[in-house]
Formats: sequence, C-alpha cells, structure tokens
Amino acid sequence: MDICHSVFLDEEKCKGCTHCIRRCPTEAIRVKGGKARIDEERCTDCGECIRTCPNHAKYAQTDPLEIIESFAYRIALPAPAFYAQFKFTIPLGKVLNGLLRLGFHEVFEVARGAEILAAEITRFLEQKGLTLPVISSACPAVVRLVEVKFPSLLDNLLPLDSPLGVAAKIARLRALQKGYRPEEVGVFFITPCPAKVTEARQSGGGLGRIDGAISMASVYTRLINELHLVEDVPDLQIAGFKGIGWARSGGEQESLGEGEYMAVDGIHNVISVFEKIEVGELKGVVYCEAQACVGGCVGGVLAVQNPFIAKVNVNHLMKKYSVFRPWSREEMEVWRKARIFNRERAYEAKEVLKLDRDFQKAMEKYQQIERLLERLPGLDCGACGSPTCRALAEDVVQGRAEEVDCPFLLRDNMLELAREIYALASKVPQTMSRKGREDIGGSHSGPCATP
Amino acid sequence: MTDEKPLIELERRINGGDFQSAGDVSSELKRILQQIGFPPSFSRRVVIAAYEAEMNVVIHAWRGVFRAWIFPRHIHIEVDDEGPGIPDLELAFQEGYSTAPPHIREMGFGAGYGLSNMKKCSDHLEIDTRVGEGTKVIMDFFVREA
Repeated sequence: MDICHSVFLDEEKCKGCTHCIRRCPTEAIRVKGGKARIDEERCTDCGECIRTCPNHAKYAQTDPLEIIESFAYRIALPAPAFYAQFKFTIPLGKVLNGLLRLGFHEVFEVARGAEILAAEITRFLEQKGLTLPVISSACPAVVRLVEVKFPSLLDNLLPLDSPLGVAAKIARLRALQKGYRPEEVGVFFITPCPAKVTEARQSGGGLGRIDGAISMASVYTRLINELHLVEDVPDLQIAGFKGIGWARSGGEQESLGEGEYMAVDGIHNVISVFEKIEVGELKGVVYCEAQACVGGCVGGVLAVQNPFIAKVNVNHLMKKYSVFRPWSREEMEVWRKARIFNRERAYEAKEVLKLDRDFQKAMEKYQQIERLLERLPGLDCGACGSPTCRALAEDVVQGRAEEVDCPFLLRDNMLELAREIYALASKVPQTMSRKGREDIGGSHSGPCATP
Repeated sequence: MTDEKPLIELERRINGGDFQSAGDVSSELKRILQQIGFPPSFSRRVVIAAYEAEMNVVIHAWRGVFRAWIFPRHIHIEVDDEGPGIPDLELAFQEGYSTAPPHIREMGFGAGYGLSNMKKCSDHLEIDTRVGEGTKVIMDFFVREA
C-alpha cells in the first residue's frame, strides 16, 4: 500500500540534536548526516516529535484554507476539539456561523458524527464472542500504533469508522441528496492533529472522501479576528454534550453510557496499557478508549489553546449544551444502506519490527544484535543517531549504520589502533637499531639523540 | 524437547516480590518473537503463558530462573523457582482458586487464573512441585498458526 504521511522535517531548522529520536514511540527517527530522518513505515503521525523538537523543525503538512475554493459546494467538518479553542462563553452557533463566513456553505459537526457512532459502538459491544477489550479506532495514531507495534491486538480494534469518517459520509450523502453532483462537493476537516490529516488523505474516493484537512490553528487565527462580526445562529449546532465530550479524553466512553470502559491518553501511556492487554491483564474491561495525545484531541499539536484550559472549556460546553437530539429510524436506515460505519481501509499488521522476511535469517540477525549489544555501552545516549543501543545494533545488522557510529566503540577502536601503532613503532627495524637513537618506549628524560 | 538445536536461548533471573520488574522477562520474550517473525497470534499465547509463569514467581516464590529455548516452529519454556510449592495441584488448576495472600489479591494480582491460563495457551504443560521447596513449570508451544 502507498504510505502517505503528514509529519515532515524542515531540514534548515533541524540541528541534528537527538531530542526527537528518544521520544518517538515507534523508534521511527534516526539522525543521519546531521539531520533527522523519519522512517515512513514506522511513523504513526502521532506528532510527538513536533511537540518535542526545540527548533520547531518538524511540522504537520496540512492544507491551506484556500483549497476549498476549487469546489462549488463546501462543507466544513469541525473537530469537537475546535470548539474548545474558544472561550466557553462564546456561543457555538457563532463559531459555526463563523466557518460559513470563511467560505463554507455548510457545517457538519464531527461531534454529531461521534454521537451517531457512539450508538453504533454500543450496539457492537452487545455482540457475543468479541476479542476484549475492544480498542477504539477513533484516534488514527493509535490505530497505526497497533498496526506497527501491537499486531497481536489487531483483532481488538473496533471495526467501525471514526467519528470523522462517519461525519464525512453523512455530510456528502446529504449534499448529494440536495442535488449537487459528486465533483461539486468538497468536504473539509478542521483538524487538531497530523494523524487525522493522514486519515483524511487515506479516505479514498468514495462517499467518505475528505478533500482537505485544514489546521485548527490556522482556521482559529482567521476566525478570531472576524468573530465579533458574526451572528449567533443556534440552529447550526446539532450535537450536544455527548458529542462535544469527544474533544477530550474520557468523553468517548462517557458517550457509551454505563459499562466496563476505560480511557487512556498520551501515546506512551497507551503503549503501557497495550502491553498489559497483550499479556492478558485488564480482564473485565470491555472497551478501551485510547488517544495518542495527552488530554485527548484537545492536546493535538495543531491546537492553539492550552489543553488543560481547553478541557475546562469542554466541560463548560457540555453543561451548556446538555441536549441530546436523536435521529430518526429512517435516517439510520439510509445511513446503514450507505455503509457509513464501514472503514475504508482494513487493518493490517505492518510487520516493520521483523528483522527479516526469512525466519532463519531473522534468527541469525537477532543473534548478531545480541552479540553487538554486549559491546555497546548501554547508555542509550543517542549520539550515534539511533534512539537506543539496541536500535543501533539493529541498524548495524540491517546495514543501515556502522558500529563506529557509536562514539564509545569509535573511541575503543581508536585506542586499540593507537596501541597497535605504539607497538609497531616500538619495533625498530634492524638497520635503524643504532646506539643513541631514541626508542619510542625509552625514557624521555634522557638527552636527545645527536648524530 | 526436540533434538534440534535451539536458535536462541534465553535465561533470566526473577526475584520474588519484585513487582517493579514484574513482566520484564515476558516483554523481552515478546520482542524476540516479534522481531523473528512468529505469527502474532502465536506470540500472543506464548507471551500470556510466559507472563503468568513469571508472575507466579514474583507473587509466590522467593526467586526463580526463567529459561526459554526458541526453535523455528517450537518454543520450550522452563520456569524453576525456590518457593512454597503448590500443596494441591488439582485445586490450583481451578479457575479462581488462588493461594495468593489477601494483600496481593487486593493489588489485582493472584486472581487464580494463572495455571488455567497457562494450560489454555500452551500445547503442553507440566508442573513439578514440592511443598516447601519449589515449583518447576515446563511449557511447550508449537506453531499451528499460518
């Protein structure tokens, strides 16, 4: 399959420091030739490197707002986290109307998609014989993390689309029902993170197609200067507390109602929970909400507001909009027929951690790695450009690095070489062996040899 | 065990009561199986059983040694501990039966599924136990998965 990503490196800004390589949850970054390099196979687009980089050399490649102009009928899909960027006293009808002012013709809330999806998840969880805990598929970085690092948990992943996917399909379906031709309709996500940009780019060419992913930060910046000119149109806002809650960690499980559910946020925390799931702990947990960013989507790297303040906004908004507007049975029937809950792409193990396709060779490589590891210092300093000593050993065995990339091994080798030179220099050729000629091993306190 | 020479041998010490490092050995084993390329579902059952065996030492015993022999289509694990032993093995195999003291159970460990889980996940399980001396768990796993 083709890999498309949204996290990139600005070579000019990268100083080749090693902050990012240690922070990357899938060890996807190496510093080579003084610049960070991202391995596309391993990258989950989680954005940890963007957060960590002191030089702001990593960035998320999003689409500019102007991209919407190439479509006759433009629909904005604001992420629930987008609401939390504004002070909670600002009515959401104003924020959504503001999007129309920026050039969109219609707004469909991803929070509404979340409410509809939540009902479907509840239905799904009632089935017998599920592999528990079912892991949420809402965060694309988490889905990719499972594919790259936890292939044995693929069966645990919820086989339903994300709130974004559901919202995109319903929005397009409605536009087509209104009589617009498929090529006229542009559906755009206002995204809190790069992982969602990637999800948008992989949305395919069908009903769920997302024509662009525009950074939440850039839309916020455009909107904040015009918001005072915008009228509050309360009818634009359909989603209530259940959907809005998805902006932050815990909101998803809350929207499912009572049950043995759990929520984990922050990709390194997610990894430690998944490790527990792999060894069979967490018995009794039915559903696991997992988000790559600390705090959930409000913690996305494209957010403007501090995630903890954004959480306060979410909580206030949930109280303010404590409504739940159901949909009709007929609507659901149409949606089901249109397969709005189906995922565009099936989950697949990436197997990038395999050392070799050939089993025997993989075994041999593993042994080589173990042998090399014994000679490495075990400090995981990152000076070689690989995140850990083990990662360097793997890189060496895979032919992607050299032993002497390790400054400790380099120094050991130089010391060894110096000793050899020293030993050789001490061996004086017979013809030079003359009285008075200084021996390298001799005393330096004596007088210099004079002819 | 087969006559075939194992390609990888792993030997690690486990200390009883060391909850800080509990699970490290099975994590290491998981990484090895993943890197070599065993099918994920196979690795998962091996790791679950290895984790249970490792945790049994941490919860019940004074100390133990974990050994794994990795063959191309087969994994052999032996966990040998010095500890109290299991007085009634048949009872210990019953789901929910546990000899773990209440303070350990309160922490969420020792729920009494260890042995039955090991049995479920492995293809062959043998337990040799002497009360007051220790327990040896021997497990074999054969790759049946595609």
